[in-house]
Amino acid sequence: IAPWIPVVGLEIHAQISSNSKLFSGSQVQFAAPPNSLVSFFDASLPGTLPVLNRRCVEAAVMTGLALNCSINKKSLFDRKHYFYADLPAGYQITQQRVPIAVNGSLSYSLCIDNKMSQMVTKTVRIKQIQLEQDSGKSLHDDTRCQTLVDLNRAGVGLMEVVMEPDMCCGEEAAAAVRELQLILQALGSSQAVMAEGQLRVDANVSVHHPGEPYGVRTEVKNINSIRFLAKAVDYEIQRQIEELENGGTILNETRAFDSKLGCTVPMRDKEGKQDYRFMPEPNLPPLILYDTKSLPANMNHQQVINIDWIHERLPDLPSVKREKLVEQYGILPEHSFTLLNEDGLAEFFESVVKQTQMKPKKVIGWILNDLLSYLKQHSLTVKESPVSSFLLADLLNLLEKKEISSTAAKQVLVELWKGEGKTPLEIVKEQKLELLHDQKELEQICQAVIDGQENEVIMMVLG
Amino acid sequence: AALTDGLRSQVSAALKEGRVTPTELCQRCLALIKSTKFLNAYITVAEETALKQAEESEERYKRGQPLGILDGIPIAVKDNFNTAGIETTCASNMLKGYISPYNATVVQKLLDHGAVLLGKTNLDEFAMGSGSTDGVFGPVRNPWSYSKQYKEKSVPKSLSEDEESDWVITGGSSGGSAAAVSSFTCFAALGSDTGGSTRNPAAHCGVVGLKPTYGLISRHGLIPLVNSMDVPGILTRCVDDAAVLLGSLAGHDPKDSTTIQDDFTPFELPNLTDVSKLSIGIPKEYDAPGLSSEILALWSKAADLFKNAGAKVVEVSLPHTRYSIVCYHVLCTAEVASNMARFDGLEYGHRSDVKDSTESMYAATRREGFNDVVRGRILSGNYFLLKQNYEKYFVKAQKVRRLIANDFVKVFRSGVDVLLTPTTLSDAAPYTEFIQEDNRTRSAQDDILTQAANMAGLPAINVPTALSERGLPVGLQFIGRSFQEKQLLTVAKWFEKQVKFPVIQLEEVKRHDSGVFQHQKSASFS
Repeated sequence: IAPWIPVVGLEIHAQISSNSKLFSGSQVQFAAPPNSLVSFFDASLPGTLPVLNRRCVEAAVMTGLALNCSINKKSLFDRKHYFYADLPAGYQITQQRVPIAVNGSLSYSLCIDNKMSQMVTKTVRIKQIQLEQDSGKSLHDDTRCQTLVDLNRAGVGLMEVVMEPDMCCGEEAAAAVRELQLILQALGSSQAVMAEGQLRVDANVSVHHPGEPYGVRTEVKNINSIRFLAKAVDYEIQRQIEELENGGTILNETRAFDSKLGCTVPMRDKEGKQDYRFMPEPNLPPLILYDTKSLPANMNHQQVINIDWIHERLPDLPSVKREKLVEQYGILPEHSFTLLNEDGLAEFFESVVKQTQMKPKKVIGWILNDLLSYLKQHSLTVKESPVSSFLLADLLNLLEKKEISSTAAKQVLVELWKGEGKTPLEIVKEQKLELLHDQKELEQICQAVIDGQENEVIMMVLG
Repeated sequence: AALTDGLRSQVSAALKEGRVTPTELCQRCLALIKSTKFLNAYITVAEETALKQAEESEERYKRGQPLGILDGIPIAVKDNFNTAGIETTCASNMLKGYISPYNATVVQKLLDHGAVLLGKTNLDEFAMGSGSTDGVFGPVRNPWSYSKQYKEKSVPKSLSEDEESDWVITGGSSGGSAAAVSSFTCFAALGSDTGGSTRNPAAHCGVVGLKPTYGLISRHGLIPLVNSMDVPGILTRCVDDAAVLLGSLAGHDPKDSTTIQDDFTPFELPNLTDVSKLSIGIPKEYDAPGLSSEILALWSKAADLFKNAGAKVVEVSLPHTRYSIVCYHVLCTAEVASNMARFDGLEYGHRSDVKDSTESMYAATRREGFNDVVRGRILSGNYFLLKQNYEKYFVKAQKVRRLIANDFVKVFRSGVDVLLTPTTLSDAAPYTEFIQEDNRTRSAQDDILTQAANMAGLPAINVPTALSERGLPVGLQFIGRSFQEKQLLTVAKWFEKQVKFPVIQLEEVKRHDSGVFQHQKSASFS
């Protein structure tokens, strides 16, 4: 049987981290009382007009630059029409013709095996980034035959990031999204927390034989975590392969991932393909961005965005942070990935390093093996750790000064997890874990043990 | 003060000097509204709030601190502008009973200048039409139907014929506003202009109708028909009053991203005496099919008037004029289809009782809420916006629009200051005749002379010129350069002075205003 090549592309919607919405002044806030953050414009009251939020544009420019995109100095807004209860105007304002950023790339890393010992770097092309409005939320109450509509989210700014189908499996898709998440969080352009709906991923999946054209693709939605993304993609690839090998065909359809069953199911068909009747948004002039060269002299700086100015002020991206960690502390690249992968862990590590004489190369083991595994076991975040960097540094100092053995240190750590407020030194004293360095004292103890175990000693001497 | 007095020249002084009070003006207008109810010009009369506003204005005048010329002046607003706390219906079932929670920017500006908001005027449903006959509250009647001038010229009726059926339309879609100004129930009114909806009824009702340059006045709060062409329109009894209104309304609005950023300085109109430096363009394509010989002659006389006064009068060509109607209909219906998508019965407005599903609720709501005209345009617009049609129709129409706009650019670049054209093809038709043809046909016919200015975004103004043989008003249109309202209005004012358009002689008005007929001017320009 000829091999199958799976092809995976992603459409990612990242909610922009801003105080107010993309085209109106109402607040952006998660889990507020229903319909409490809705302006007249958000509710589509007749006669209201969109006014572009500067911060959202800056967020998109930052993200575009971080993803190596070309920023379009002129981009346009369009209306995408469809009827749905959570879309008050009957259309979404988006950027279909000319988006704000195009032709970028994202590098991400994967472990070859499960042990994090060998990493390989891959790249996925970014087709474009566009600004668009989020929709509200509708909840279907089937028992009472009603739909409840909450417009708090309607009009919140989104960046849609389109990743070309350069990925081949769930693991790659997950790694790419994880890296994007870290980048967005480093920039502050989106908090990108999937659980809060700030990052939504739709996967486009198809399979084909080498040398043949791409197969029909399906779109997979309703993916609520990075873990589920990998599962959903892999399931869909498998499903398509099985279907085709059994002589079936793949429909160009939208499927939803059912996390309980671990499979994809066709979504309710919305009367075949939709024609969105795209039309330019007449109430918004073209969005013009400048760089230092093209910036007119007498412009009001409140009214313009300078791409170069934003570029100069970009914070360190995760890839740069990792390099710096490796260089500065002599840790392995795989270690830097884990450090950045866990929210707050890199800061914790650096904080410990500052407070201890132990070499970073040794500290990292305590961070990644002991601290992290304990946190994982108890489903705690770094912020929630009962052991602070101060306490851990304190403990490691005892070890470094050879006042305790590493076995003893582990024992102390167990005690520290209880979070009872004791210092490492106190625990060491309590449990008598001090290392003895006095030769004479050691001989005395050994002699005392031997003396107390006469029978065992005789047995041992006799063989 | 008389109801015919100009705001800046007479009314303002009268108010300041206490010869008349805002309350008196307001009460007079309210009484006149009641006695001219048969015109059906108003949908909502906000009597209580108007009297309160008049009272507050009076306090300011007493303290010697009026907010300006508009302080205490009764005005009316077309019912497609949002007015906080006052019903805003767009003459549609879809918005019957809809109380707007905010004021349109232009409404707020008028209120901030102390104007007294008398009420909301009638229109074609959602401003779609050229007769003000297709709204759910019924048609608006042209006040001139009841004027001495019209009755004198009418064929004498036999006793069996109902005088009621003889009335003529106001034109549209801002017919209510035009009728309100024409019948003296207010000093000025706001209309809207997308294809001629302010200038057309202004011409038929014998009042000044100004369409400002697109981007000069905020559209925030104006319920849109075609976002890329709509402008708030100004209806007044003289050109000078239009300049006063413009002064209080124009300027950048952060809430409307299509308004220009430049500062706007209100201006007073000079009394032009020397027109020798002026170049008037006469576009030959505006001798359009269906143009009445009467209006053609009037237009010619007007051109001669300028020539004889020493102005340079040249024939010019706007070659793409004949494509503008078709182009307008594609772009208009497309934007209408889009703008009307928000009326789904969920958040506001009419909601059908049908609730089997969201889709069926939408469909029923929209069928019940919109009239045939609106639904027809939505269907056409959606057709043009389909993926397979978009290039052929919408994009093509945008390209033609560019050509139409360029026609004007070329002509103005060649040294012409202002264009002179007819505003309408004929005087106002009787209602019974007008409704023989459907809305689409009528709009296509009537918009021909006005809507190219909307395509190009240019300022244009109707100046009442003379009475027709039937004793009804005929106006002529001036089209100016982008943002050159001062020049446009200066020329219009000069012309207005020359033609001395007669004052309407209405029984009802005579009873309420003693001053009117002392200023009677004879028709010198027919």
